[in-house]
Amino acid sequence: MSVALSALEISRALTRISHEILEANPSSDLITILGIPTRGAHLAVRIAASMSQIAAREIPVGMLDITMHRDDLRMHPPRPLMPTSIPSSGIQGRDIVLVDDVLFSGRTIRAALDALGEIGRPRTVQLAALVDRGHRELPIRADFVGKNLPTSTTQSVKVHLTEIDGIDQVVIEDN
Amino acid sequence: MRHLLSISDLSKAEAVSILDTATELARVSDGAVKKLPTLRGRTIVNLFAEDSTRTRISFEAAAKRLSADVINFSAKGSSVSKGESLKDTALTLQAMGADAVVIRHGASGAPQRLADSEWMLASVINAGDGTHEHPSQALLDAFTIRKHCAKGAPDLAGIRVAIVGDVLHSRVARSNILLLNLLGASVSLVAPPTLLPVGIEKWPVDISYDFDAVIPSVDVVMMLRVQQERMSNLFFPNAREYSRYFGLNSDRLKLMSPHSIVMHPGPMNRGLEIAAEVADSARSVIVEQVSNGVSVRMAILYVLLAGQSLEAGEK
Repeated sequence: MSVALSALEISRALTRISHEILEANPSSDLITILGIPTRGAHLAVRIAASMSQIAAREIPVGMLDITMHRDDLRMHPPRPLMPTSIPSSGIQGRDIVLVDDVLFSGRTIRAALDALGEIGRPRTVQLAALVDRGHRELPIRADFVGKNLPTSTTQSVKVHLTEIDGIDQVVIEDN
Repeated sequence: MRHLLSISDLSKAEAVSILDTATELARVSDGAVKKLPTLRGRTIVNLFAEDSTRTRISFEAAAKRLSADVINFSAKGSSVSKGESLKDTALTLQAMGADAVVIRHGASGAPQRLADSEWMLASVINAGDGTHEHPSQALLDAFTIRKHCAKGAPDLAGIRVAIVGDVLHSRVARSNILLLNLLGASVSLVAPPTLLPVGIEKWPVDISYDFDAVIPSVDVVMMLRVQQERMSNLFFPNAREYSRYFGLNSDRLKLMSPHSIVMHPGPMNRGLEIAAEVADSARSVIVEQVSNGVSVRMAILYVLLAGQSLEAGEK
């Protein structure tokens, strides 16, 4: 097990992502941040808080459960559903930034795009990930990345956050 | 979990997880999206050998909201009415590739027979068998009670429920008693002695013959339908007397504690076990039970079917 990102590095990465999102979207009043539960949702809250501070305006934040849209449901025992909460401003015509902790195969994001399509038609959909570990199986890329981590498929990347795990760090484990 | 035959097969954690899943799915039904792709390509057969309105429609709506294909099959108008056996019906369904069979049958234990047999590989969901059990109704009742009375708790600890009426013939009561106990609620039965089953004293319930004495102390009054079609003998002198002693009328409604609710699994005999003005009152959650039924049945189908095929394929 090795630590890939410390608490300080995670905090810097999130601040940088917040700045990048605002730069890439000059009309910041249309941005909505949606996290993918569970850890992506906590990261989304942190990013939205940091963006609200920088832009001096409230950035809407919510979470989007993608379980029912997964393509690997039949390969695992049933997963518990996570909450979905869409801000009152909705997603129609808005610039949606999806937030996930680790970008790996890209299948979660594909499911998230399907889940979004069921709710409405955003103007744009962008993707922020704390860690991009490569090994994509679908034509999907992140717009905002905290850190690119070259890994082998036999390793697993675990993101720990204080909200759930009591500590902020990203570790790589060899299986 | 492969089948849902009886509440007694469920652990408390499994029951709570079905209710939690239903809570999330209820948001789907409330929101703009009424359809999810989760069970696309799965076939669910509604095999109803007994009459039903809301259970069949509810399972059908639940299956369709999860994008499953639904085949409705009722005894009337099918070869069952020509005398086809349950086995041959099951073999037919297996040959057609059913992934789940929702069965209602007049014989207690028919779903169990279907599940234990080698006739088919599909998941079996008990939608009411004879006077045995009706687990999906108990789950939707628990869901409704939790929503109104549990104040955010995951289970039903400390909630007091009165189940009133024809317990003898009621599969809804049997499933509800099991589930309410599992989730920590306390149950009082109120019924004339002729409508209580033999051996009732061993059930984990209080028994009372005095409805007025029980009403003020409970959070939920669950009325049961008087099942005249299953009554071969006289169980009470006449309908007027039954209604007077065990019917929920507007005078009794006034005795209820302030936040308590009135439930009924339907179909109601208005004027017999429940007065029309009570059924339509603000305390009545009877219509809400029906819409909760769809969310709870979606959760049941999700838990039984969404992750299943690998397991079934390994057999």
